[in-house]
Amino acid sequence: MTDGYETGDARRTGLLLGLLILGMVVAGGVGLTLYARGRWWLPPLASAEGAHIDRLFYSTLIITGIVFVLVHVLLALFVWRFAAHGDRKARHWHDNRRLELTWTIIPAVALTVMVAMAGVVWARTRLAPPATGMVVDVRAEQFAWLSRYPGPDGTFGRVDPTLIHPRTNRMGLDPKDPASADDIVSPELHLVVNEPVRVSLRSTGVIHAFFIPEFRVKQDAVPGVTIQTWFTPTREGRYEIACAELCGIGHYAMKGTVIVQSRDAFNAWLAQQTPALTPAP
Amino acid sequence: MQIQAEVRDARGRTIAPGARVRSGDVEGRVRHVEPEYGVVTIVLEGRAGKGERMVRVSAVEVLEEAPHPAEHEAHADSFIRKYVFSLDHKVIGIQYLFTSLFMALVGGTLAMLIRMQVGWPGTKWGLAAALFPGGFAGGQMKPDFYLAVVTMHGTIMIFFVLTTVLSGGFGNFLIPLQIGARDMAFPWLNMMSYWLLVPAIVVLLTSFFVTGGAAGGGWTAYPPLSAIPHAGPGSGFGQTLWLIALAILIVALLFGSLNYITTILQMRTRGMSMMRLPLTVWGLFITAILMLLSFPVLFAAAIMLLFDRLGGTSFFIPAGVYVGGQVLTHAGGNPLLWQHLFWFLGHPEVYVLILPAMGMVSDIMASEGRKPVFGYTFMVGSIAAIGILSFLVWAHHMYTSGMHPLVAMAFMTTTLAIAVPSAIKTFNWLATLWQARIRFSPQMLFAIGFVSLFVTGGITGIFLAQPPVDVVMHDTYFVVAHFHFVMASAALFGVFAGIYHWFPKMFGRTMNARLGKIHFWLTFVGIYATFFPMHFAGFAGMMRRIYSTQIYAHLQGVGPLNTFISLAAFGLGAAQLLFIYNFLVSLRRGPKAERNPWRATTLEWTAPSPPPHGNFETEPVVYRWAYDYSVPGAAEDFIPQTAPVARAASGVSAPGSGGS
Repeated sequence: MTDGYETGDARRTGLLLGLLILGMVVAGGVGLTLYARGRWWLPPLASAEGAHIDRLFYSTLIITGIVFVLVHVLLALFVWRFAAHGDRKARHWHDNRRLELTWTIIPAVALTVMVAMAGVVWARTRLAPPATGMVVDVRAEQFAWLSRYPGPDGTFGRVDPTLIHPRTNRMGLDPKDPASADDIVSPELHLVVNEPVRVSLRSTGVIHAFFIPEFRVKQDAVPGVTIQTWFTPTREGRYEIACAELCGIGHYAMKGTVIVQSRDAFNAWLAQQTPALTPAP
Repeated sequence: MQIQAEVRDARGRTIAPGARVRSGDVEGRVRHVEPEYGVVTIVLEGRAGKGERMVRVSAVEVLEEAPHPAEHEAHADSFIRKYVFSLDHKVIGIQYLFTSLFMALVGGTLAMLIRMQVGWPGTKWGLAAALFPGGFAGGQMKPDFYLAVVTMHGTIMIFFVLTTVLSGGFGNFLIPLQIGARDMAFPWLNMMSYWLLVPAIVVLLTSFFVTGGAAGGGWTAYPPLSAIPHAGPGSGFGQTLWLIALAILIVALLFGSLNYITTILQMRTRGMSMMRLPLTVWGLFITAILMLLSFPVLFAAAIMLLFDRLGGTSFFIPAGVYVGGQVLTHAGGNPLLWQHLFWFLGHPEVYVLILPAMGMVSDIMASEGRKPVFGYTFMVGSIAAIGILSFLVWAHHMYTSGMHPLVAMAFMTTTLAIAVPSAIKTFNWLATLWQARIRFSPQMLFAIGFVSLFVTGGITGIFLAQPPVDVVMHDTYFVVAHFHFVMASAALFGVFAGIYHWFPKMFGRTMNARLGKIHFWLTFVGIYATFFPMHFAGFAGMMRRIYSTQIYAHLQGVGPLNTFISLAAFGLGAAQLLFIYNFLVSLRRGPKAERNPWRATTLEWTAPSPPPHGNFETEPVVYRWAYDYSVPGAAEDFIPQTAPVARAASGVSAPGSGGS
């Protein structure tokens, strides 16, 4: 009985497939990952919380990398070794309780460890906001970011979407609320290095996502609710807010500017700002 | 085998399929005779009404003998009844297959358009601009067209290709054949299922040509973007049509899944216990349950969103929404409700795509490795475990949505738990290959490729399951890479494996193996070359669904990576032309296939290729499980499920083989 697939053809194909899996998937995958570290990798870290996240990321990369290599090496070996040849029959072997339990329990234990590791990092970075540090009101709209600081009174004034005016009152501040009078509104998000900041996220209309790759922070801005996220910038410099949630035709260009500066420089910048509701001269 | 004693009536005339008979006050044609039970199934005609009736042989009077008993059914139906509005599960399955392959061509073309834009942002494309004049301005792709293309690519590939080809195509074709039934439990419902798919597709594709173009809110259609018609070009009438198309499709899929569940539970032939079912049927069975429980949720959500858009309700729109210079009057809704409802479907949905592929790959590995599937009980158990857990993981898509961080912890735990049955399956496939006798038919190559893709895509899921890491990777190309490996490509490999394997049964001809192998090599390399580098674009922070990477400082380095990915994607796309060619030519000119070309054990291979209406000449009786390959001492290296277990035989024992 020849069915066109047996004989020497199968051995050749098995060898070729085994080599392809070893060469392209294993060597290619690992090699490309090492190569990518210099070119296409996590942007340089610039937040305190990000250090925990990066450690978790690298642990996961190593653990999953081992599984990736192990499974593919076995797959490559088996397709090469067990290609049909000669009269050798397959072995009628289909159950082994000990093996099944081995590859049930080992992954289960490994995954439990990962749940614990990730749980610890999550609890440390996300469960409770920092006790100190300033609060900035960041509001997303199609397709821009707007930041607001509470001013000397330390209180954010009331906002009302019906009061939004594209030129005179972008934030929709309520002039009747005395707390609004000193609120400072800026298209740039200014932050102080090494001081935790709570970003209070809002959106006017559709869902956006506040994403600063260097800070390892991403949080959706959802209309109707205010969501807090927090982080501690650790390096001075200019960064960008990217919108990570599809928000319409200008999604790809919804870029905001972040400036991380020393406390003195920040104070100087803040002092230069005029409250948003100041009547135009 | 399968010789049946002739059954005659009182006057000595033969009672056989096709004969016109009377029994008491009913009259009709014999569909099927069961001499052992002394009953005859009659398709009612005349005043007796419609449907089938089972009557006793002793009461049957033959009015007119069947001219050619076996060919009767072939002559009975008109062309329209047989190929268009067919009640035959095989024809419906093939209709689903052809329709899905056509949609794959549409979805694949859209993928090429995506890669043109992402690979070379801002480039002028003369030819494409001539083909899609509405989508290009001055030769450049417009951002709204880009978003429509992205949205429709995802929608088509997930709902109108992979769901429909696996459950609708293979499910319809294989379930009755593999369980030994003559058809589905509800043939008419089955026909309706297919004929609802067609209007759903018409509505969906029409949306490209309406004002504002097709929906542009992504396949996830998050409101308020998808709820507010003036939120953007892709939020207009195209989005309404998208929701209507989806609602129609869901009804079609529910008809199908009801049918699959009932058929598998009620219509298995004698001896076919649940634990003797091939894993293909197990995969399709659990999939049908997932569809039945999860799709109605999306149906409800789609209707609610339609009400928000057209009826002024506020299910998903909160108060004070300001879009396009005006404040809406809606109040009281919550956009996150949609995300919960959507992903309550959306996550089981990815298992709807992967479970049937897992089942088919298992059966193909057994047949092409001439070896039983390793750990059948654990394989069934892990399919069931994945099915159950798939309902408990949906919010892992929502770690950044603003839900409470403790909820994320719970969903991380269930999500990582689902990796355990996935690992069991992977290692069982490896153990199936151990000491096999592998013949590298195209279907076996794709089955092995499936394991590789599933592993590569599965382990990146472990990154995304952990909320702290997901916060970094969410909505980046890392996610795009992840699901294109684990769900899209792996399921696609399952589909290709299934087509090469069951083509002879479907069409009575065999596909060209050499072309099939070349198709595999190009596709396997093409998939890795296309999707593996996407991980790195994700690491670099490249967001999904962005029209251009040129805006952001952190994306300035990803240009060459994207150009490479696009070139690989074009190669991958071109390689599929080989498959189309092979498929079409083999339909007409492929070598004739015998009944059991792969020498496989399952029931469909005991029927003729292609099986006639009614599938089996005589009702098959099952005596053993589906994996008696290379049994020591047996004459051949496979024993069909219909072969009785020799009482005196020693040493041969298999789960479900009757406890010898």
